Amino acid sequence: MTAFALRGLFSRKLRTVLTALAIVLGVATVSGTYVLTDSINKAFHSIFNESRNGSDVVISGKSAFKLSGDSGVTAPAFDESLLGQVRALTDVAQADGSVNGQAQLISKKGKAIVYGGAPNLGFSIARGNSPFNPLTLVEGSWPKAGEVVIDKATAGKEHFEIGQQIGVQAIGPVKRLRLSGIVKFGSVSTIGGATLAGFALPTAQQLFGKPAKLDEIAVSAKSGVSDQRLMEEIRTILPSGTQARTNQGQAREDAKETDSFISFLQKFLLGFGGVALFVGSFVIANSLSITIAQRTREFGTLRTLGASRRQVLRSIVLEALVVGTLASIVGLFAGLGLAKGLFSLFDAVGFTLPNNGLTLETRTVLVSLLVGILVTLLASLRPALRATRVPPIAAVREGATLPESRFARYRLPAAILLTALGFGSLLLGLFVPNLSTAQILLLMLGGALVVFFGIALLSVRLVGPFAWTLGWPATRIGGAAGSLARDNSRRNPQRTASTASALMIGLALVTLVSMLAAGIVSSFRGAVNGIWKNADYAITAQNNFSPFPIAVSEAVAKAPGVVAVGDVRAGESLAFGHKINTTAVDPATRGMFDLNWKQGSPDVLANLGADGAFVDKGYAKDHKLTLGSPVQLTFPNGKQKTFAIKGIFDPPTGGSPFGRVTISTATFDRFVQDPHNLYSFVRMQGGQTDANKAALDGALKDFPNAKAATRQKFIDNQISGLSSVLNILYVLLALSVVVSLFGIVNTLVLTVFERTREIGMLRAIGMTRRQVRRMIRHESVITALIGAAIGIALGIVLAGLLIARVDFIILSVPIGQLLVFALAAIVVGIIAAIFPARRAARLNVLEALQYE
Amino acid sequence: MSEAVAAPAAGTAEAPSAGPVVSANDLTRRYGEGETAVDALRGVSLDVPKGQLTAVMGPSGSGKSTLMHILAGLDKPTTGTVTIAGTNITELSDTDLTKLRRRHIGFVFQFFNLLPMLNAEENVVLPLSIAGEKPDKGWIDELLGEIGLAQRRDHRPSELSGGQQQRVAIGRALVSRPTIIFADEPTGNLDSKTSGEILELLNRSVRELGQTIVMVTHEARAAAIADRILFLDDGLIVREARDISAHEIVAAMEELGES
Ligand SMILES: Nc1ncnc2c1ncn2[C@@H]1O[C@H](COP(=O)(O)OP(=O)(O)O)[C@@H](O)[C@H]1O
Ligand SMILES: [Mg+2]
Repeated sequence: MTAFALRGLFSRKLRTVLTALAIVLGVATVSGTYVLTDSINKAFHSIFNESRNGSDVVISGKSAFKLSGDSGVTAPAFDESLLGQVRALTDVAQADGSVNGQAQLISKKGKAIVYGGAPNLGFSIARGNSPFNPLTLVEGSWPKAGEVVIDKATAGKEHFEIGQQIGVQAIGPVKRLRLSGIVKFGSVSTIGGATLAGFALPTAQQLFGKPAKLDEIAVSAKSGVSDQRLMEEIRTILPSGTQARTNQGQAREDAKETDSFISFLQKFLLGFGGVALFVGSFVIANSLSITIAQRTREFGTLRTLGASRRQVLRSIVLEALVVGTLASIVGLFAGLGLAKGLFSLFDAVGFTLPNNGLTLETRTVLVSLLVGILVTLLASLRPALRATRVPPIAAVREGATLPESRFARYRLPAAILLTALGFGSLLLGLFVPNLSTAQILLLMLGGALVVFFGIALLSVRLVGPFAWTLGWPATRIGGAAGSLARDNSRRNPQRTASTASALMIGLALVTLVSMLAAGIVSSFRGAVNGIWKNADYAITAQNNFSPFPIAVSEAVAKAPGVVAVGDVRAGESLAFGHKINTTAVDPATRGMFDLNWKQGSPDVLANLGADGAFVDKGYAKDHKLTLGSPVQLTFPNGKQKTFAIKGIFDPPTGGSPFGRVTISTATFDRFVQDPHNLYSFVRMQGGQTDANKAALDGALKDFPNAKAATRQKFIDNQISGLSSVLNILYVLLALSVVVSLFGIVNTLVLTVFERTREIGMLRAIGMTRRQVRRMIRHESVITALIGAAIGIALGIVLAGLLIARVDFIILSVPIGQLLVFALAAIVVGIIAAIFPARRAARLNVLEALQYE
Repeated sequence: MSEAVAAPAAGTAEAPSAGPVVSANDLTRRYGEGETAVDALRGVSLDVPKGQLTAVMGPSGSGKSTLMHILAGLDKPTTGTVTIAGTNITELSDTDLTKLRRRHIGFVFQFFNLLPMLNAEENVVLPLSIAGEKPDKGWIDELLGEIGLAQRRDHRPSELSGGQQQRVAIGRALVSRPTIIFADEPTGNLDSKTSGEILELLNRSVRELGQTIVMVTHEARAAAIADRILFLDDGLIVREARDISAHEIVAAMEELGES
């Protein structure tokens, strides 16, 4: 029986391979995700470890709470006199101090050099031969005062040569520095899109506005001295606002943020892998069902020869096991290729990731194989059980079909029940208050899964009417071939439904994503249009989201024609025990912004003074704040101050530029080291004119990392960030669409096998090869369109539910995009039909007529 | 696409006035090569005159199906030529051959080969639909009456008996008024009563509609309605007979070694 099962697989090579492809793709996404994230992880960790090489203990400035890193706020620097004290300690062998910050390199054309959202790292290099220096010199010499070294990748891409002047912008205007050398970071081949700029300590201190201060001191112990002892010794002299960590501890601390990013990325990508596998399981189950139906007679024969039901079951499960295992192994390795592809994909949309070669962990191998084999086995179970019920008499019956499942008559109620349960679970997850994140995720994911199953089952009922309607154009375009295609697609609703359902899942998710994006965009647009009243331009960083130094708005204020500049600072503080986004506004914003004040008046913006603050309505409600209520903020440097509420506003659906608590810029700057603006708004004499824009651009010439935009342009810029995220999502979802495409190919090929004699007859009575191809193609397109119609409708419903719950998105249907998705489904149908249609058209008429 | 094929007007049984509608010249057909080669036809020549029912008889394996397939352009002879309505079909491309079949050839198969998702009328009209032609309402009604399915035109094949299904198949063959209809064992899958009805229908098609039919069979009763019977044995036409009784046919077959 075992040999028989394996021989069967081999004799149905094509069918087996087609079935396996769905698994290969699903497993490849899973293994590709692990390979990608493991590789990134390893690369990052080697960056962090190498950057701490040589030191035993690292002293750094200490913030009152853990900062987010992307807020522009940094831990306070400390006085450089500490370095002397450290060096004087008995057990210290060497110690070097450094400062660091964002240092934007400027290209020869005067443009800021940015690769996606990657950081532009700037730091001091105490001396080239310092044991703490993770860089190696590729060319030239280490920087002296007024000089800079940059990384090899940037130098190569921007064609910089030693001795040339290069613009560097830190917190002040651009400084021209001489390029003294080109460096490489440790062993890592790329460090993501990050650029490196190293300076002599005094130059760096000046660039970063930290005169006579240090951010870090790296310390090595004399030989024979334990880290523990060194640490204790250092602790005795540590001033407040500083901390000491061991080399390992510091590297771990450095990695924390990227670790959580990578773990997010991993879960995110695994989610898409899971979708692809889920879709794949539909494809496998469907393909197996069809092949088993076609082998009804064979199973009947086996039974007459004395095979027991159990043996039939075992032979099919064994087949599935073999296919699943082989496909998973292929998928595992295909994942390596996929990881490479993902690196390029992220690169293409501007998220360059560090890459130090691909990593294949044991866990990846285990999980990929296990998941692939399990999914195949599970998917084979139902068809296998049905095969066991083939009676021996089927051996002698012409056109014997699989016996109907015992549960067939419960199918409709079950489908309705499942769909209802799924939606119920989604609704619970969305609308029941006070659930934990894990509970919400479980309810939502479980609900979505069950909804997909339910709709897939329900769609058997929809195939008839849908094929009739969606097939109408086929009958117009395709003539008799089109009409036959429409009839064929209605012939076996179960099969068409399963095939279409696989595509339905992908399209539902694509639709969901595009609906959410459209909602976010239109609510954002509404918010900006609502708030931005009396300003002509907004200044932002080139990448539209990074905070930029306040020197920028100081320079802009001096530009000719500028009437007023209103800054919004970005920052973080602790309030009521939680870290919150804390912003600050300039009095000049009074008159520029139109906010809906629930308490207080628009004058609040100008009257915050030394101890005033305003909050949004939600925050006020959460903490029972009214006018005059005190709010105590703790700033990163540990200083605390109590503010009185002077206003409460109701932000528009699309949000506002403000954090939970907003204070005045003057006060903010007293508590925050190196303050940065998120936006600056500018009002100009004569409004938006070419001359005014030119004046602003002139003022920004020394700050290439900043740009000025009109309201419309500002909105477009902000939205463009979303579209690269969207593109990544679409590409990832396209994977599951490709899996479902294979599903259609599979079904069509199997259907062509089954209808061989019929196709022979059609050819005999006058159907040309071309018409045969057209017939298969139209059937394929109709199937794809059924999947698209159900998927898009379901996507709209799911998005509607989510948007009803999330209060910063408004419902907006991107009709144009949905049409594009429907068109894409047609293309999927056409592509899927190519191979099966060719096979059908090539059938030899005589042989086909005699085919059994 | 060869214009030569389009010589006679579409949908008519009109053949070139001179000569037969189908003629075969010295056909041979060899399957396989070398030691195991089988010569299914070993030099068959024949003419099928217009408006007649020609039966091809012979023992199993004598080459009947092979001959019919070659005459219908479904298979190519190893040597020899077949001419249908003045066109040498052994030289046509697949597409031209398909178009020739649309216009000039109808088929009746042993296993009906109806499309399960189409009703009786749709199955009958199928060849016209495929050719992109508009069926003439009057002709379709007449035809459905002729095959006795006027009342069941909306029924699917699964709702029809075997005999009814075969009648639909005959209607499908007749609908385009082809130059010639080929029927391979049309009663081979039916009981004797139903067989009688089908034979009667084929006979009427020849007598009333002037249809030319070539029918392969090994049943004496079936052959008895034919105008002419060709006896095939071992790839050769060994005898030709006209107007002979079923008894004489059985005798002739026994002579050829068929029980
Ligand atoms: N496709 C084929 N390959 C090899 N031999 C064939 C093939 N078709 C028919 N034959 C052989 O050719 C001979 C004639 O067959 P056929 O025309 O089917 O006879 P009939 O229809 O009279 O029973 C037989 O010996 C048969 O075995
Ligand atoms: Mg035969």
